[in-house]
Amino acid sequence: MDAKTLLEKLFPNGSEVAFDGLYFAGTGESSHGKVAIIGSIDAAPIGVELAFRMAGEVLRIVRDAPGRPILLLVDTQGQRLSRRDELLGINGYMAHLAKCLQLARNNGHKIIGLVYSEAVSGGFLASSLLSDRCYALPESQVRVMNLPAMSRITKIPLERLEELSKSSPVFAPGVKNYLKMGAVNSLWEGDLAQRLAEALDVPPEGDSRRQWGEEREGRKLARGVAERVRHAAG
Amino acid sequence: MTSYYESSARERLANVLDPGSFHEFLPPTERVISTHLVQLETPAAFDDGIIVGRGTLDGRPVLAAAQEGGFMGGAVGEVHGAKLVGLLERARDEKPAAVLLLVESGGVRLHEANAGLIGVSEIMRAVLALRSAGVPVLVLDGGQFGCFGGMGIVARLCDAIVMSEEGRLGLSGPEVIETTCGVEEFDSRDRALVWRTVGGKHRYLLGEANALVADNVAAFRKAAISLLDTKPDLSLEALTEEHEKLGARLEKFGACRDALDIWSALGIEAPEGLPLLEADAFVAKVAGRRA
Repeated sequence: MDAKTLLEKLFPNGSEVAFDGLYFAGTGESSHGKVAIIGSIDAAPIGVELAFRMAGEVLRIVRDAPGRPILLLVDTQGQRLSRRDELLGINGYMAHLAKCLQLARNNGHKIIGLVYSEAVSGGFLASSLLSDRCYALPESQVRVMNLPAMSRITKIPLERLEELSKSSPVFAPGVKNYLKMGAVNSLWEGDLAQRLAEALDVPPEGDSRRQWGEEREGRKLARGVAERVRHAAG
Repeated sequence: MTSYYESSARERLANVLDPGSFHEFLPPTERVISTHLVQLETPAAFDDGIIVGRGTLDGRPVLAAAQEGGFMGGAVGEVHGAKLVGLLERARDEKPAAVLLLVESGGVRLHEANAGLIGVSEIMRAVLALRSAGVPVLVLDGGQFGCFGGMGIVARLCDAIVMSEEGRLGLSGPEVIETTCGVEEFDSRDRALVWRTVGGKHRYLLGEANALVADNVAAFRKAAISLLDTKPDLSLEALTEEHEKLGARLEKFGACRDALDIWSALGIEAPEGLPLLEADAFVAKVAGRRA
């Protein structure tokens, strides 16, 4: 689904969003009042400028619209791969965006992420995965790396990876794997405005993704291991 | 003088913290290994490449984690990530003077890529929650594999970073960029180019690393002690200031093709000589010139 169609479905009462290149931002009218929107289109590579711009918008929202929920609609093929981005410290720009979203969270802004097309690796880390709860459309694509590239790097035969990926959600691409592992809370189907209203009703919570991953049997180790370290004797 | 670069993660913890003070949580005797690696018939480690525990630094209580580059380049898998998340949450309960992260990681472990990516995301959220609760997180970066991928983002979420020249910090490693974009974009075998693009000196000049030290564990320890009283600040004012700085960096250096151009623009004379300087001489020469 393209971003404009998505916005119409999410905000049947209207939205005011300005598109500029791969970036867009604005507000939408939800059943719970105004929602701030920040997003990208066309599987944008997230480089220093885009991360910086999104962070600036988060700061503006914190300043000008206290408490307004923030909806992240980021379509990304991953971090931008270039020597220039590394030279300028791209990881620091992404970290800055994460800090700005934490400031918003600390100030009572709800942060909702919806993967509507693609979410890959570092671009996913620097966007939707930073939300309180990340949701996805069923047709969206989520991954770190495709299996042929993974096979080349890990030296594990592709056939073996393909076979294992039928039973294990742990390495293969696919939004269902991320759902099973708890990173995606749920898939949004049907009336998207209604799904958004439900998400806006969720009370503030900590990071519950390990619990969901364990309950859904996609990530059986993380919660228990973290708990053991947290409460180990000594 | 013990080299930090050459030391194992365990040796680094033993030498950076007060002697004999380190106590490990979930030590190798507990054999908490990655079942995903076992399934792929890949060797697993009894600590999954990360050591977490408590100790003292200059007599003050700290929690500390060290990634072992010798095991899969310190890459983050499900267990590895969960150990670090557990430690960060423990710090929220205990409020130690600081949490020390002795990072060495290529990022997400591809053998369990989804679990690793989600794990890094949980580390990010846990660092931010801990800093919001007032506990500083200090990063030491001087290992053989540097600090890349999601861990490169994690490092920049923290309160302060101590680096040696040998330490590297970035997102996509030079090999990844070369493989994807071609050798003309980034020649990963050009060591001088790699060091000046992602190495400690450049990170210090940009203001990303708070301290640049010689490659020995005593120097890292001393720098970490000096940063113990860092106060986390995620206020609107602090982040607005950070935003202005990052914006100024794009404006001033956005057109630079090489670190040498940036160092020149900072007003440093004969910047091509910087890589040759020892840490102390380097810090003295660039005093007052950092971005």
